[in-house]
Amino acid sequence: MSGSSSVAAMKKVVQQLRLEAGLNRMKVSQAAADLKQFCLQNAQHDPLLTGVSSSTNPFRPQKVCSFL
Amino acid sequence: MATDGLHENETLASLKSEAESLKGKLEEERAKLHDVELHQVAERVEALGQFVMKTRRTLKGHGNKVLCMDWCKDKRRIVSSSQDGKVIVWDSFTTNKEHAVTMPCTWVMACAYAPSGCAIACGGLDNKCSVYPLTFDKNENMAAKKKSVAMHTNYLSACSFTNSDMQILTASGDGTCALWDVESGQLLQSFHGHGADVLCLDLAPSETGNTFVSGGCDKKAMVWDMRSGQCVQAFETHESDINSVRYYPSGDAFASGSDDATCRLYDLRADREVAIYSKESIIFGASSVDFSLSGRLLFAGYNDYTINVWDVLKGSRVSILFGHENRVSTLRVSPDGTAFCSGSWDHTLRAQPQALLLEVALPGLEPSDRPGPSAPVNLRGCARPTCKTTCSGIKMGPVSQKLPKPAFQSTLFK
Repeated sequence: MSGSSSVAAMKKVVQQLRLEAGLNRMKVSQAAADLKQFCLQNAQHDPLLTGVSSSTNPFRPQKVCSFL
Repeated sequence: MATDGLHENETLASLKSEAESLKGKLEEERAKLHDVELHQVAERVEALGQFVMKTRRTLKGHGNKVLCMDWCKDKRRIVSSSQDGKVIVWDSFTTNKEHAVTMPCTWVMACAYAPSGCAIACGGLDNKCSVYPLTFDKNENMAAKKKSVAMHTNYLSACSFTNSDMQILTASGDGTCALWDVESGQLLQSFHGHGADVLCLDLAPSETGNTFVSGGCDKKAMVWDMRSGQCVQAFETHESDINSVRYYPSGDAFASGSDDATCRLYDLRADREVAIYSKESIIFGASSVDFSLSGRLLFAGYNDYTINVWDVLKGSRVSILFGHENRVSTLRVSPDGTAFCSGSWDHTLRAQPQALLLEVALPGLEPSDRPGPSAPVNLRGCARPTCKTTCSGIKMGPVSQKLPKPAFQSTLFK
């Protein structure tokens, strides 16, 4: 019956919401500080931030070989 | 019986009111912890310097819109798929095509490289996800070894191998995600909860455990426990379809790109949205997002043909990249973070690592040289061939009229 299926569906929604309401949450200030910390710690290992020297850049412009 | 019906109505009503009060409680709890904004915490962080990126490789070969791409773990190979059913494996260093296969369907919206580098997975309008082992034997027909793994009841929008070649996670227009065993094709777990097409998914970095995030046409981003099939967290702050989701490298947060022209950052431990990346001048949807290795930069491809680079901490845009001649449909940073590749409806893929020379990348052809769209394009929902009522956005007119002309030629941006 459509009645019982919508009740069942609503029960699932309520169950899900109960689950989510019961989560342990952290303050944004703490979470944001951790995000910032991660960025700064890994900044020097981030090639797109620091750049890659031409000699190690695998995508450097392809040179054409010439016969000497 | 009449009394049963009445009883059911009462139960339904009481459940509905409980749902409303729980939602209110959730809002309250989340708001209590909202003591500061991310960009405030990042105020003292040094601003990023001038940012220049140059297209180093253009991969041409698809005869039609590129819809999806993925990097191989070897940091040089790329698999891409397009509207005409072609799936191509490239060597991005040499731009050579190493493998090509034609799928029996059009709109191959999803493709993924296996962790071993020995296989690829792809699917789209065929409602399936198929795995092709990659072979270098010239005599072997790649299509012959194809293995159908996933079966959905609507189009496949995204797929990803898990930590091994043995399992694949899929997202579909049928509103579900699913985990499959590659060898047997068996469904291991299904994930129900989205109210409309699921458009994207991303697996949490392996250190943070068995979860993944998905985004859909119901404007929700949902985080799932892979073992139980349970949704553990849900976020509904976007105003339109979420086209792309990507985990922050630490696994504690994820970014999303949406048709509402914004990208957002959600922190999983604070259980809320902590940043919005938007500008009044950006009015076209974001189709694809990815982080740089440290998580400081967020690259986002948009339907106005550009790629915006955002400072994740400060919330500001650091650069705009031009170069594609149609909407950017897919974007991924390479596994070692040295480059990122973007794919577009202009049939090409472009690989762009950090440039050493301070050369300003040119914004592409002059408007008169630019091949324009041949017919009016419905920008909203175009990417999904079955777009019907799930599309909730504004229908826009011909692209050539609506496209904002860049007022500046430089890619350097504060």
